[in-house]
Amino acid sequence: MMAEFGLAALWLAAALAALQLLAGSLSLKAGEESGQLAALVRPLAIVQGVLTGLSFAALLVLFVNTDLSVKLVAMNSHSAKPFIYKLSGAWGNHEGSMLLWVTVMAGAGGLIALFERRLPEPTMLATLAAQAFVGLGFYAFLLFSSNPFERLPSPAPKGLGLNPLLQDIGLAFHPPTLYLGYVGLSIAFSFAVGALLTRQVTPDFARAMRPWVLGAWIFLTIGITAGSYWAYYELGWGGWWFWDPVENASLMPWLAATALLHSVSVLAARDALRTWTIMLGVAAFSMSMVGTFLVRSGILTSVHAFAVDPERGSFILVLLAIYIGGALTLFALRAGTIAEGERFAVLSREGALVFNNVMLTAILAIVLVGTLYPLVTEAMGVKVSVGPPYFNPVGAIFALPMLAVMAIGPLLRWRRESFAAIRLPVLVLGLVTVAVLAIVMASSSGIGLLPLAGLALGVSVAVASVLPLRGRKLRRMPLSVWGMVLAHMGIGVAICGMASESAFSVERLVAAKAGDTVEVGPWQVRLVAVEPVAGPNWTALEGRMQARYDDGEPIELAPQARAFWTPPQQTSEAALLTRWNGQLYAVIGEQVHGDASADAPRWQLRLWWKPFVTLIWYGGLLIALGGALALVGRVLTELRRHAALRRIAERRQEQGR
Amino acid sequence: MSGAIKPKHQRLVLALLAIAALIGAGLLAAWALRSQASYFYVPSDIAAAPPAPDQAVRLGGMVQAGSLKTLPDGVTVRFMVGDGKANVPVRYSGILPDLFVEGSGVVAEGRLAADGTFVADNLLAKHDENYVPRELKDMTDAQARATVAETGK
Repeated sequence: MMAEFGLAALWLAAALAALQLLAGSLSLKAGEESGQLAALVRPLAIVQGVLTGLSFAALLVLFVNTDLSVKLVAMNSHSAKPFIYKLSGAWGNHEGSMLLWVTVMAGAGGLIALFERRLPEPTMLATLAAQAFVGLGFYAFLLFSSNPFERLPSPAPKGLGLNPLLQDIGLAFHPPTLYLGYVGLSIAFSFAVGALLTRQVTPDFARAMRPWVLGAWIFLTIGITAGSYWAYYELGWGGWWFWDPVENASLMPWLAATALLHSVSVLAARDALRTWTIMLGVAAFSMSMVGTFLVRSGILTSVHAFAVDPERGSFILVLLAIYIGGALTLFALRAGTIAEGERFAVLSREGALVFNNVMLTAILAIVLVGTLYPLVTEAMGVKVSVGPPYFNPVGAIFALPMLAVMAIGPLLRWRRESFAAIRLPVLVLGLVTVAVLAIVMASSSGIGLLPLAGLALGVSVAVASVLPLRGRKLRRMPLSVWGMVLAHMGIGVAICGMASESAFSVERLVAAKAGDTVEVGPWQVRLVAVEPVAGPNWTALEGRMQARYDDGEPIELAPQARAFWTPPQQTSEAALLTRWNGQLYAVIGEQVHGDASADAPRWQLRLWWKPFVTLIWYGGLLIALGGALALVGRVLTELRRHAALRRIAERRQEQGR
Repeated sequence: MSGAIKPKHQRLVLALLAIAALIGAGLLAAWALRSQASYFYVPSDIAAAPPAPDQAVRLGGMVQAGSLKTLPDGVTVRFMVGDGKANVPVRYSGILPDLFVEGSGVVAEGRLAADGTFVADNLLAKHDENYVPRELKDMTDAQARATVAETGK
């Protein structure tokens, strides 16, 4: 019953989306006399959002009850599984995650319909119609080629279970967060299309769009940070970023959204960068769709590629062509008719922002080319893979200048700045950079050029991030400025973590008997024993270890090699020991083969000491927190302005009487 | 100075600069990809035209039965990877992937040492029933076809 209810709600929502598109475009065409039809559009968007929400809730109920008559549940769940993984199983598969996509998309449309009242009504109509148009494609994809509510002819006796790699608390929340970001960018896309259709690219438009972009960007940041940490501790390879196409698929929308966030600020404050902002709005969501295509079409093999059905890949590709192609065509037709914005000086806040925008876009291009290149060559019969030797140095060529300008940019005033005004801070930052370089080079040798530059610039960016607070009353600073300070500091902190991890990590790979002690960096790790343990749906070999930092108190560590039975698969659970100055990372492998002659069995151990690696994720969280502060600040200011305007209007009315 | 520049011209200059930066990025990417992309080899490719010694490449093939040996240090293994026509010795230090067994497929990432041994930094094996490295999937198909053709003779 629940499955039919969910499916019905989904069909109804799709029908409403079609109606929303129709009503929106008809009333746009009719112009002023479109009273009744135009009044329909907002309620339609809201109800559509509610219906998809109900549909998704129905899927959650099916998974929680492990209703094995539904194909998706039978394929991806199992009754003997902790509650939270039953719940997360709902989106840990292709159909469920596409339903989540549509739910977020319709929900976001509903929210703008409900709350966004600042834009001229025609622009809103065009925006909501565009949102419905994009939504329709994904409804069609869901209903015609990936129906999550499909029933089995007869219920399955038991479920196949969820991929054990996905049975992890971090993973339970990784997809929803990332999707809120990914799909939230569809609003920026719709706004851009709406503004193009009505030629209303104004500072007001930028102010209306900014909180939505900011919201999506915050979730994207959290999603990427969490995904990186998950890969770090769950895959057991000790790496936090692999330049895997799947990771790139989330990085590309983030880069575009970051650029968009900054260019929207220029548009809002200075009425410049009009077409560029529109272009980025289209590009950001296009990157989300390209990412979805890469990840979900089965063109890449990974834990994310649920759909190996080529029909689905072609479907997404067609959607991609329609939306990106359509938006770009519209852009090409209309870009020339958007009135020019203000001009500005090179040495000014907006000048620095333009530079960073171009650099971010260049990095985006580098990542996009590197990600698509293997697909292109494979089509021509040559198999290649592209990894860190390409992405790191080539990305750095653009990232390093960007970081340098990012340190100084917030100190510049809008419109025009004299060099004399920023001479002191620039001097201080230069000294900081040189000092860090000197200290690092003197204290340790053999550090690569990139980590060295990363450390120096990371520290400078972190120091520079607080300089805008200099000489200002901290209590009276707008929240959005605090947000910028925190986010920029987060970038500096994260860069320091990345550079430190790659410069100072120590790795040991040994075969050890019980009782052996292994040294790794400042740690002495003793393997006490290896014992079998069992969990709810797995058994494991657990290595019990005692780790001592510089002859301090021993601390227990217990990495496991786990074997799951539904479906049968092995994972290695790394044990992490976090100190303020880094993490000890321990993995246990199998018993050494061919050791029969030895008196005691040996086990493979892989240990890392990674100084300050945690800064990477603290930095990521700081960035997201900064975004959240800026969002709250902007919304509060807007609400206050609204209240003030209403009071003025009321007073006028009273006086008029 | 900038007062003399008309908005239209400034926009043009900005657009040109942005386009130049992007084209620069594209060219740089193309140039770097030619030298940094790691190519996929099967053992017979290596026998025919070995890659340069320090070039990062990927080697795919079947782990030959009976060839897997663990060295005395307990963490380094040696094995032969073959594709039916040629064999390449592989050395790897690290924890083996869970489903790595003799007779099954593997993709090794690394480089060819001067002595003809392939030194792997990373091994990709079949992960589970549904997740097979892409190269492996194609290879086993090709092998299946080859076997069919062979028995058909």
